[in-house]
Amino acid sequence: MTIALAMFLGFVTLTLAITAWAARRSSGSVSYFAAGRRINAWQNGLAVAGDYMSAASFLGIAGLIAFNGYDGFMYSVGWLVAYLTVLLVVAEPLRNAGKYTMADVLAYRLNPRPVRAMASLSTLTVSTFYMIAQMVGAGALVSLLLKDSGIDFRTAVIGVGALMIIYVVFGGMLATTWVQIVKAVLLVAGTILLSLLVLAHFGFSFTEFFNRVTDVRYHQNGVEVTRNFLEPGLRYKPPYGALDLISLGLALILGTAGLPHILVRFYTVPDARTARMSVVWAMAIIGTFYVMTTFLGFGAATIVGRDHIAANGGINMSAPLLAKALGGDVFFSFISAVAFATILAVVAGLTISASTSFAHDFWTNVVHRGVERSPGEEVRVARITACVVGVVSIAIAILLGPSANVAFLVGLAFAVAASANLPVILLSLFWRRFNTTGAVCGLAAGLASSIGLILVSPSVRGPGAPFPLDNPGIVSIPVGFLAAWLASLMTRDTSSEQKFSELLVRANTGLGAEKAERG
Amino acid sequence: MKLLQPSDWDQIAVTEKFQQLLREKRRFVIPATVFFIVYYFALPVLVGYFPGLMSKKVLGPLNIAYIFALSQFGMAWTIAWLYVRAAERFDKLAQQLKNDGERR
Repeated sequence: MTIALAMFLGFVTLTLAITAWAARRSSGSVSYFAAGRRINAWQNGLAVAGDYMSAASFLGIAGLIAFNGYDGFMYSVGWLVAYLTVLLVVAEPLRNAGKYTMADVLAYRLNPRPVRAMASLSTLTVSTFYMIAQMVGAGALVSLLLKDSGIDFRTAVIGVGALMIIYVVFGGMLATTWVQIVKAVLLVAGTILLSLLVLAHFGFSFTEFFNRVTDVRYHQNGVEVTRNFLEPGLRYKPPYGALDLISLGLALILGTAGLPHILVRFYTVPDARTARMSVVWAMAIIGTFYVMTTFLGFGAATIVGRDHIAANGGINMSAPLLAKALGGDVFFSFISAVAFATILAVVAGLTISASTSFAHDFWTNVVHRGVERSPGEEVRVARITACVVGVVSIAIAILLGPSANVAFLVGLAFAVAASANLPVILLSLFWRRFNTTGAVCGLAAGLASSIGLILVSPSVRGPGAPFPLDNPGIVSIPVGFLAAWLASLMTRDTSSEQKFSELLVRANTGLGAEKAERG
Repeated sequence: MKLLQPSDWDQIAVTEKFQQLLREKRRFVIPATVFFIVYYFALPVLVGYFPGLMSKKVLGPLNIAYIFALSQFGMAWTIAWLYVRAAERFDKLAQQLKNDGERR
């Protein structure tokens, strides 16, 4: 597996060169936190796509389809449609009215200290859970793929963590953005290549390909079974399957527009129009990728087979094993290196959004009431936070170990984003009567209910758990909205209502919006 | 540009031009959002509660469930394209408002 190692080192070298370049150009807060707001539409589109298509997409969804057929493909659909919420509702107002973080938009007309403190807590929660999932995934993958070169789980986790700290601390948002762009290009290229090889295997006949998909054989409890993988119901079974699907859909559609590491991307572009066009670019890239998961997943199911995948590293190895079956060791190494690149880029994106929120929302605005005590303090605090977040994630990932069930962590991230973040973003932008008490209660209730329900769900407690659904969205999202709404109605805060017009005008026209740096 | 006063924002908010911008945005965004949410959630509801119907083959080996899922991609791209076209109009209005505002 030394080819895989060589390709991975190639990617690392390239990204470190990007970091060095970015570090030389970077000076000041706007440059560090928002890449000077000079990223253009296609660049940001690729970066959004890169931040979004994590290992959960590439390895996870390919595996879900390879093992569960159609039900796995349902994930792919939700992952793209979710961007309509980002496009139609969130991206432009955010760019027009904010500066560095999601909380900027909330702080406009609400009492900034309590709101920023809660929003920062929720951002750190989402990012940390998401990141630990990625790091455990990375460690498990590396120890599987590179077991011949003497790299074990712990070394892999430390390596990924150290690299991500370097990108973020030295290169800031500019380096993180370009790492995402490189990774997105690699990921899409790898996926197209793999899809073409799958089609070539079936003589470029879609009919032949789909005919095989309707007739997939594998062993279940020692008995050979034949299934039509285009039929729904292999994973989501009665009595709760349908509700779980709807709950997952809600978490995706409403959660994506509340993911802090996606939202901060819209501050890196010069204006709202560019933010909009970058979402469209992202939708083209993400959509193309998820359509192709058809070939990855069904290809792995038909060409490699569920039995072989289960015996050779398990569900998450479906895409790499498919690459090995079709393109031999070199292609296997390439796809594996793409998977590492994917994870590395995503953890860097998560780290910068977490440290930006801590430095900007919590340190400067909550602790020091909006005043930077010395020039560059905010950036310095963000750099220290990035180190702390990195070290803590490395430690937790190592403690959890390679066999940890991490799927629920990513589910949790989306559920928290949908239940805590999105309700307050929407109400703050569209409801004049919304106030500080409502925002704090909404964030707290959404955070507590989504975490609480996950803890008693089957993904943590196993079958027969007190809460029957894997995804808490269908309950926790209404709880978040309801808490925000009721708490607002119970209190009156005329200053929030008076400033609504200002936010409305700013969000819709871009009047007074943060400008791009000259350069 | 000097700093806008709170009263300036209120004045802009009630101008006919700004109200027109809000009306035009709502006229696109609200129906589009309702449509995509209904269209999207029809998929898990139908697949979850009527798996038999959705498994009916309609195009060679392809069943309704798969074709409906695939159509979601087309739906998302189409709405995005329509929105970009509509937004050109919003941009013109927003730019005029911005110019007026910066002259205050």
